[in-house]
Amino acid sequence: MRNEPRRRADYLGLREALGDRLLPVLVAAMSFLAALAMAGALASATLATRWQGDAASQLTIQVPQPTAPDASGKAPRLDSVMAALKTMPDVADEQVMSPQDVTALISPWLGADPAQLGLPLPGVISARWVGAAPPDALGPTLEKLSPGTLVQTGALWASRVAALTTSLQACAAAILIIVALVAAAVVAVATRSGLAQRRETITLIHALGALDDDIAGRFAARITLLTLAGAAAGAVLALPVLAWLGALAAPFAGPAQINDVFNLPPALMFALPGLPIIAAAIGWGTAQLTVRGWLRSLP
Amino acid sequence: MVKFEDVWLKYRHPARQGDAAPEALRGISFEIPEGGFRWLIGPSGAGKTSLLKLIYLAEHPAKGRIDILGTEAAKISRRDAALLRRRIGVVYQDFRLLPQLSAYDNVALPMRLARRNETQIHADVTEILRWVGLENRLHARPDELSGGEQQRIAVARAVVARPKLLVADEPTGNLDDEQAHRLMHLITALNRLGTTVVVATHNMGLVEGWPAPRLTIEHGKLTHAE
Repeated sequence: MRNEPRRRADYLGLREALGDRLLPVLVAAMSFLAALAMAGALASATLATRWQGDAASQLTIQVPQPTAPDASGKAPRLDSVMAALKTMPDVADEQVMSPQDVTALISPWLGADPAQLGLPLPGVISARWVGAAPPDALGPTLEKLSPGTLVQTGALWASRVAALTTSLQACAAAILIIVALVAAAVVAVATRSGLAQRRETITLIHALGALDDDIAGRFAARITLLTLAGAAAGAVLALPVLAWLGALAAPFAGPAQINDVFNLPPALMFALPGLPIIAAAIGWGTAQLTVRGWLRSLP
Repeated sequence: MVKFEDVWLKYRHPARQGDAAPEALRGISFEIPEGGFRWLIGPSGAGKTSLLKLIYLAEHPAKGRIDILGTEAAKISRRDAALLRRRIGVVYQDFRLLPQLSAYDNVALPMRLARRNETQIHADVTEILRWVGLENRLHARPDELSGGEQQRIAVARAVVARPKLLVADEPTGNLDDEQAHRLMHLITALNRLGTTVVVATHNMGLVEGWPAPRLTIEHGKLTHAE
C-alpha cells in the first residue's frame, strides 16, 4: 500500500506552512552578522592581548645631563645608566637613542633644530621590560646612579588599549544579543504565521486528542531544521569574508601570521561551528514557547 | 457516562460572537448512562452543536458541571483532557478532513495520535474503510471525494479507535438512504458493544426509524429529556 506506513506523516502540513526559503534566508543573515560580531570580539581580544603586552613592556629612560659625571663621579651619567641596565636580567634590548632620533622625537614641539633654542636635551634610552613583576623599583635604582633620571613605562597605553578592547567586546556582545533577539523574533513571527495558516488543522488535531507536546514538538522540529540549515549557510558564507578581514588585519597581528590562509583567532574556528547549534536552540525554544502560548487559547 | 448539571455556555470570543453575545445554552441538565444512546434533536440554531462541543471538550461551560466518561471536565489537566478526547469519537457536520492527507491517513490520524503501532493501524483502518464502502478510495484526497464519501471518511475516522463515547453532528446529512442506514447499523453496532452515543440530527425520519431516547433542545434550553 502506498501511504500506510507513514508514522511521521506531515499531518500538520508544516512543509508548506513553514517553507524552506524565507526563514532560512533570514536566519542565514543573522548567522552571518553573528559570525562577524564574534570575529570582531575575538580578534580585538587577541590583538589587545598582544598590544597590551607590547605597550606595557616598553621602557623609555630619560637621563638629564647625559655627559655629566654620575653620582659616584667615575663615569658619565648615560654610560653609567646603560651599564646598570645591562646587568639587570629583567631588562632587554636597551639602546641609546641617537641625537637624530631624539631630535625627530621632539621636533613636533620644539622644531627641527632644538639645539638652536639652547635647551639641554636629555639622553634617551629605549628598552624592554621582560620581568614578571612591574618595573617599580627600576626608577629609584637608576635615580641613585644618576640623579634626575626618569623611567616611563607603557602602562598608561596598556590601560587605554584594555579600555578600548573592553568597549569593543561590549559592542560585539550587544550585537550578538540583538542578533539573537531578532532571530528569535523572526522565528516567532514565522511560527505564528504557520499557526495562522494551520489553525483549522491544529484545532482538529487538538480535538482528536493531540497533546500540546506533540503539536509544539512538530513545529519545533521543523523550525529547528530550518534554523540549523540557515545558520550553517550563514556561517559558511561568512568564512571568506572573515578570511579577507583577517588578511587585512594580518599586519597588526604580527609577522608570524601574515602568510596564514585563515588569519583568524583559533577560538573563532571553534566558535563558528557552534553558531548553527545556538541558532537551532533559539529556534527550538522560540517555537516551543510560541506554539504552547497559542495552544493555551484552545480549551 | 455523560452528565450535565445546570450547564450554561456563552461564547468567549467577542470578535466572533459580539460583546453581548447571549448564552448559547442555558441551564442544561441531563444524564446518559454508560452504553446509552440519545438522539439530540431541535431546530436549526437551537444549540445542538454547542451542546455537542461541550461533550467533546471543545468548549468550556460558563457555569455548571460536566462529567464525561466518569471524569469531571473542569478538574482535569490539559494533558488528561487530551487523553480523554482520544476516547471520544466525533463526526463533524462539516467533516473536517485534512486536505493534504489521503483517505487512509485521515482515518489513521486518531490512532497515530494515540501512538498505536502501524500494523494495528493498517488492520483497523482497512477494515473500517471496507465497512463504509471506501476500500477502493484509500489514496484519494478529500478534494477528490464526493460529499457523501467525505462524510463516510469522517465517520470512519470517528469510530476507528473504538471510542467509549461517539458524538455525531448530522452524520447522515450528505448520505443517501442506503448509506445512512448502513451508517446507523455501524453506530448501533458500536453502541451494542458498549459505546455511549449521542447523535444530533434534523432527520426525523431517521429518528423514527431507529427508536431511542431523545434530548430535545430549543433556544438553548433542553425542553425534553428521556
